[in-house]
Amino acid sequence: MKKHNRRTRALLLALLTAALLLTIYLLGHLIQENAVTGSFLTARQPPSFAHPFGTDALGRDLLLRTVKGLSVSMTVGSAASVISAVIAVFVGIASAIGSRWVDSLINWVIDLVMGVPHTILIILISFALGRGLKGLLIGIAATHWCSLARLIRGEVLQLRSQQYVAVSRKLGKSSGWILIHHLLPHLVPQFFVGLVLMFPHAILHEASISFLGFGLPPEQSAIGIILSESMRYLSIGMWWSAVLPGATLVLIVLLIDRLGEHLRTILDPSSAQE
Amino acid sequence: MALEAKQVFFRYGNRQPWILKDCSLAFEKGECLAVFAPSGYGKTTLAMLLAGYLQPVKGEILLEGSPLPKSGVCPVQLICQHPEKAINPRWRLQRVLEESGNLRDDVLDAFGIEKAWLSRFPRELSGGELQRFCVARALMSGADYLICDEISTMLDVITQAQIWRVVLKEAQKRHMGILAVTHNRRLAQKIATRVLDLTASNGADAPLPASSPLAL
Repeated sequence: MKKHNRRTRALLLALLTAALLLTIYLLGHLIQENAVTGSFLTARQPPSFAHPFGTDALGRDLLLRTVKGLSVSMTVGSAASVISAVIAVFVGIASAIGSRWVDSLINWVIDLVMGVPHTILIILISFALGRGLKGLLIGIAATHWCSLARLIRGEVLQLRSQQYVAVSRKLGKSSGWILIHHLLPHLVPQFFVGLVLMFPHAILHEASISFLGFGLPPEQSAIGIILSESMRYLSIGMWWSAVLPGATLVLIVLLIDRLGEHLRTILDPSSAQE
Repeated sequence: MALEAKQVFFRYGNRQPWILKDCSLAFEKGECLAVFAPSGYGKTTLAMLLAGYLQPVKGEILLEGSPLPKSGVCPVQLICQHPEKAINPRWRLQRVLEESGNLRDDVLDAFGIEKAWLSRFPRELSGGELQRFCVARALMSGADYLICDEISTMLDVITQAQIWRVVLKEAQKRHMGILAVTHNRRLAQKIATRVLDLTASNGADAPLPASSPLAL
């Protein structure tokens, strides 16, 4: 077999991970809502061949619910973190290259948003926008950009003082050209790392807000709802209803984390020829 | 037809001491002026002022009688002391060179830049190799004036000679003005048509110094 270098291997693994995540996501979408209706004849069954993850107190198959829930969580998590990260990039750049009052204003807003507990802010936004998926999504997206925006502001400020940016200006390049060719490529790793770190955060917020009743409706197969339901049945020995969906959630988060790592390997010039 | 500094004052903050005080100098196209001073005399600051990287607090920098252009390719190009800072670490070197225009094979050959280096990232090359790229980039931009701020200080003698030979040859061919900042008296004597000693008087022309045993 031909020996691949680290970059090629990382690229292959990243593609593989992305394909796996996409498969889970699509599978979740293919499962019809009525496929997870249960019957009390099959309630509270431990894992078996027929039901690998067991069944819950209403007799619904937990594997199907988990996959479906993951797909919902991934939608919320990825959409919210992508929106957040994009907001963070714009706000961070504006703060770093805008005039002084823009910078102060943005910093003030960041302090304000970070000062209020996220959960309360998400509840307020989600409630104001009529709950459900939309309200939850906007709520999470509107609260998670702050720390990444700060990071990017610092990064851009530091980059702007680099000598090669000054050289580029003297070689007749415009500010826009410098932004696209010199600054943005340096922000790509920050962007993806920020995205990856935001993802579990967003999913956990989605779960906790749903648990409190301000997010997704309780009949939906969201992973947060499965977990909060399972808490009620843990004491009667239904360990599988918490452990298996929980472990799957952790697995997905780890997979996304690895995806981020591989992307970093691909994007980092210091490892180009390894 | 000259690049001149007219009674330039500079300091990095309102409460900081003056780094340059009433400094004036001028050099013509086709001339190679060596500015000589020990460390801490504001050589680099002067170089950055002349190339428009910094603005003087008082006084002005004039290129053929008018201020340096604010946009477009600057006819005065600065080559810095630390090449690794002047090159974007995420760019392959081909792109670094292309930032200043089309590649010129004669310049690449003269500097001994190998084709294989072009596809590498900056950290895979040594400082001396990178400095060749910086000098080549400045030359290929088509500048009329070149400000060389201790460009060969960290290079070995052979590379130093090689780089200066190419720079001077190109300068002669295109009738460029060179300002070489250095604290190496021997080098100053070797390459310059005129030497300016900042220690003698702040900004006044000094006679070509005799080589002292202190300077290498």
